[in-house]
Amino acid sequence: MFETLTLSQLPKEDEALREPVRALIAEALQGVPTSHRARSWQGFDAKFSQALGRAGYLGLNLPKAYGGAERGPFARFVVVEELLSAGAPVAAHWIADRQSAPLILNYGTQAQREFYLPRVCRGEAFFCIGMSEPGSGSDLASVRTSAERTSTGWRLNGQKIWTTNALHSHYMIALVRTSGSASDRQAGLSQLIVDLKAPGVTIRPIVDLTGDAHFAEVFFDNVELAEDALIGKEGDGWHQVTAELAFERSGPERIYSSVVLLDAWIRHVAQARGDKAEAIRLAGRLTAQLATLRAMSIATTARLAAGESPVIEASLVKDLGTSFEQSVPALIADDLGAHPDEPIDAELYRTLLYVSHVAPSFSLRGGTREILRGIIARGLGLR
Amino acid sequence: MDSHELLDPFDKLLADVAAPARTRELEAGKPVNELWETLQESGFLDALTPEVAGGVGLSLHDAAPLLQALGRHAVAAPVAETMVARALLGREGIECPDGPIVLAPLHSLRSAVTPLARVASHALVQIDETLVLTPLAAATLVETGVHRSLAGVLSWGSPPAGPSIPAPAVGLRAVAAVLRACAIAGAADRLLEMTTAYARDRVQFGKPIGKLQAIQQQLSVMAEQVVAARLASQLGCAGGLPPGLEAAAVAKQVTSIAAVPVAEIAHAVHGAIGISEEYDLQLYTRRLHEWRLADGSESYWASLLGAARIAAASQSSVDFIRATAGS
Repeated sequence: MFETLTLSQLPKEDEALREPVRALIAEALQGVPTSHRARSWQGFDAKFSQALGRAGYLGLNLPKAYGGAERGPFARFVVVEELLSAGAPVAAHWIADRQSAPLILNYGTQAQREFYLPRVCRGEAFFCIGMSEPGSGSDLASVRTSAERTSTGWRLNGQKIWTTNALHSHYMIALVRTSGSASDRQAGLSQLIVDLKAPGVTIRPIVDLTGDAHFAEVFFDNVELAEDALIGKEGDGWHQVTAELAFERSGPERIYSSVVLLDAWIRHVAQARGDKAEAIRLAGRLTAQLATLRAMSIATTARLAAGESPVIEASLVKDLGTSFEQSVPALIADDLGAHPDEPIDAELYRTLLYVSHVAPSFSLRGGTREILRGIIARGLGLR
Repeated sequence: MDSHELLDPFDKLLADVAAPARTRELEAGKPVNELWETLQESGFLDALTPEVAGGVGLSLHDAAPLLQALGRHAVAAPVAETMVARALLGREGIECPDGPIVLAPLHSLRSAVTPLARVASHALVQIDETLVLTPLAAATLVETGVHRSLAGVLSWGSPPAGPSIPAPAVGLRAVAAVLRACAIAGAADRLLEMTTAYARDRVQFGKPIGKLQAIQQQLSVMAEQVVAARLASQLGCAGGLPPGLEAAAVAKQVTSIAAVPVAEIAHAVHGAIGISEEYDLQLYTRRLHEWRLADGSESYWASLLGAARIAAASQSSVDFIRATAGS
């Protein structure tokens, strides 16, 4: 079953991107401690994103007419794999590059494409995702933030929450109700591009348990938006957001969230451990799982390359991938704690505890474990 | 001819000659001759044998779907093992006997528990750096005593005789492990199919149990393990015959890990009917447990893979995987 997920090759021309992007990353990461690299796609560095843009690594899948590289999903896989493996600070451009730009390309007007896409490719337009609300988490169709038509466009009222990078973003693509009420569920929802500098927008950072403030609450108080804030068709928001989530869920970031920690622990064991038997077994187990997840992620990318929207496949890889990512800090903590007299580098300790603390978010962001398993069950014909 | 053109006829052939009723007969002690003659005539036993030696000349990569199909049908004869033995020996210009061959690395002239040893006529054994094709007539076979098991331990009083070739550097166990990984992946896929169908049909509380979220979540976990097992077994085959050590390790480690929850969830969803002999589920779940143990369990392969990984500690995980078990 699920035969569409099958071993696939990364094309040679896309592999060729690996060495040059690696050089750029190495330069940017000089002197950056492991615990910061472990933040990876939570790490914000606008200058680094702009450097990537100048070198042509953003908008890899976008048409050349909009400043993109017009390459397939495999090219993006290679570049993203390098960024995540090294723990590069990619948060600034991450969402724009991964899902906002493809959304605008697929559903936007010509004018919207011409305005936003070149800016995304240059690393100058950062986006955040306006989905969750205080009353709408996994039950996304219950969103209450609403936009009503005015003579000049839209008037937006409501609140979003847990919005990653809202504080540093230029725009939000928000899922809002444009007709009916919350009881109409998927009907009557639309997506609007919100300029976060518009009057009436208030952004309040939320500090998380690691001390970081990567997410925020965003309030809309009679925010006046122009007619062209609407992206795609009015009332088609649910359909569009589902397609957007397939992009969000299918990338290799769903297997590499703990890889900086894993590699740091392997270096530690090689240097500091006498009897390595148990650590070797653990390293083998994690490596085998990661190799398989990588093959599954490439197989999902192959479905994207074939022009499909691999919603079920992506859910399957994401659920298994985040389970792996979450197991890494737990298993490494036990291994290190089983050797209390072995000195641990303070940076490794900080990295381990950072990843341990933030790991629950791996299976929350982009759809919870339970939601993903529901999607897989639908793929099995059970729903 | 590519593997896709072959898979469909092979699958149809197995559905007929290796139907559950046939497997039950073999497990009850019926000789394998009839099944084997059909397979021999089909030409599939030489799927991996080089064309110059009269075979089809498929790569291990292309043969992966066939190897998985053998697991899907719980074929009670060492077809994959014979295919590989014929390929390895055929490359060296050695002709193979017609009968079923098992693969058996020997330690002090003794094998580990070897699936299907009871229905084999020959074994390709590894002693030190050499592979020897030897008839089982001269071997002592000790059955496991496990209900309906066709496995056994093979031993010899003196070094077995027969045509010999140099062993692949990676060792015979790695080769056997990849075949076993494919079999696990195939049987796991069959179990997912059976269990999903059962969940759709079985009505409790006035509705199919597959409508219950608790059951849906278990089946989703099972599906993840099934797909992981298939991809891992494909990785094991990707580099051809013989496989690399790391690729074989990934394949057998991940499939052995998957075997346990897959069998567990299949039984949990089926309830009591699943553990009855009459119902087909046990034909596959018993094999998953046997195959997990055979040719090295998950920890055996994790230790070998981990030693290679720690020895390359300055490399990133991504680079290590790309170099050894990538695609």
